[in-house]
Amino acid sequence: MAFFEVKNVKISGISGCVPRTLEENKDLSLFQNDEAEKFMTSTGVRRRRIADENTTASDLCYHAAEQLIADLGWVKDEIDCLVFVTQTPDYILPATSCILQHRLALSQECHAMDVSLGCSGWIYGVSVVTSFLQSGSFRKALLLVGDTSLRSCSTTDKSTWPLFGDAGTAVAFEYTENSESRFLFHTSTDGSGYDAIIIPEGGYRAPFTANSLELEKIEEGIERNKLHTVLNGMDVFSFGIANAPDSIEKLTQHFQIDKENVDLFVFHQANLFMNEKIRKKLKIPVEKVPYSLENFGNTSSATIPLTLVTEKATELSNGINRIVACGFGVGLSWGSVYFETENIVCSNLVEI
Amino acid sequence: MEIVDFVEKMAEQFDETDAAVFTPQTKFKELDEWSSLVALSVIAMVDESYKVRLKGVDVRESSTINDLFNIVKARAQ
Repeated sequence: MAFFEVKNVKISGISGCVPRTLEENKDLSLFQNDEAEKFMTSTGVRRRRIADENTTASDLCYHAAEQLIADLGWVKDEIDCLVFVTQTPDYILPATSCILQHRLALSQECHAMDVSLGCSGWIYGVSVVTSFLQSGSFRKALLLVGDTSLRSCSTTDKSTWPLFGDAGTAVAFEYTENSESRFLFHTSTDGSGYDAIIIPEGGYRAPFTANSLELEKIEEGIERNKLHTVLNGMDVFSFGIANAPDSIEKLTQHFQIDKENVDLFVFHQANLFMNEKIRKKLKIPVEKVPYSLENFGNTSSATIPLTLVTEKATELSNGINRIVACGFGVGLSWGSVYFETENIVCSNLVEI
Repeated sequence: MEIVDFVEKMAEQFDETDAAVFTPQTKFKELDEWSSLVALSVIAMVDESYKVRLKGVDVRESSTINDLFNIVKARAQ
């Protein structure tokens, strides 16, 4: 069972960055008749931010990181570790974390690495960064998490284009000796569902060919090529409503966490219909479950920190918060984490 | 589990279609109201009521309500 505990690490601050360009789902010509309204009601996504062709996930994360470092007053030379979680890297190689180390002007004495996970990526990123920090060898670390999912969505696919949004986030972690602070994890994987969310070609299993670019009509309103993201909505849905609640139940039982004492349950923002099923299954009151779906859509790996910083900045900046976060999706990969925050820095949302 | 209950629960996933329309032989995907959202509601209903995880392929390969019922029954504990 993948349960584990990390001590002596705390979160110091969170920031987020989104592209300035906004698209309203009600204006999309993809939808016919009352489809747009029905889509917005069921998914909860009314508008999203779209990165232009010159903007990558690392650009968004770079600006989020610069803002956060400034707001924290951190000295860059003291940052020992940078982990970048994305599935939309700058290049196939090199690792984007190396590019970010240089661009952020961090010390060369910096442990930098990429993690390739999506919807569950923030949870896994937190597990990696906190594990590095817990021995005290590293003192400060940055977890940069973001995706430009729309770059790989077909504009003529109503099952993906109106759902996803682009965003980058930064979270600052610090080693804190003999503190009460701890991170409690449960993580899981089911690779039998690897094709539930997939870009079929362009990797090394099925390399890019000229045919990869051929548009194919799957059904009315769904047209895409083999480099576009395919989302099997029914498979992802049945996976999510079963495994997200299960992971939180396991986490809370294993570590004897009373759900009543948790202030916030922050879920990966898949879509409102799925997320509400999950919330109701766990019998969590609606006021403990923030959403950023309406204005930002499903921002892949960025959903959890983006939701924290856009919806709960006031609470996070003032006092103690006991938080359970849960990410689930592409992989299939999922996991939950329990942690506490106290008076953390929440930067104003950066727009570029 | 009984087919009568299953038919009734299937009918509940449709807001506008008259419940009297539904029988074990109903080809549910041919109903006007069928949509991707109703499909998700059916998956959620099966998860809640029978603790069974339906996949997209199960819905795609079922024609009648009875077809779907048989899949759920085979997997239910």
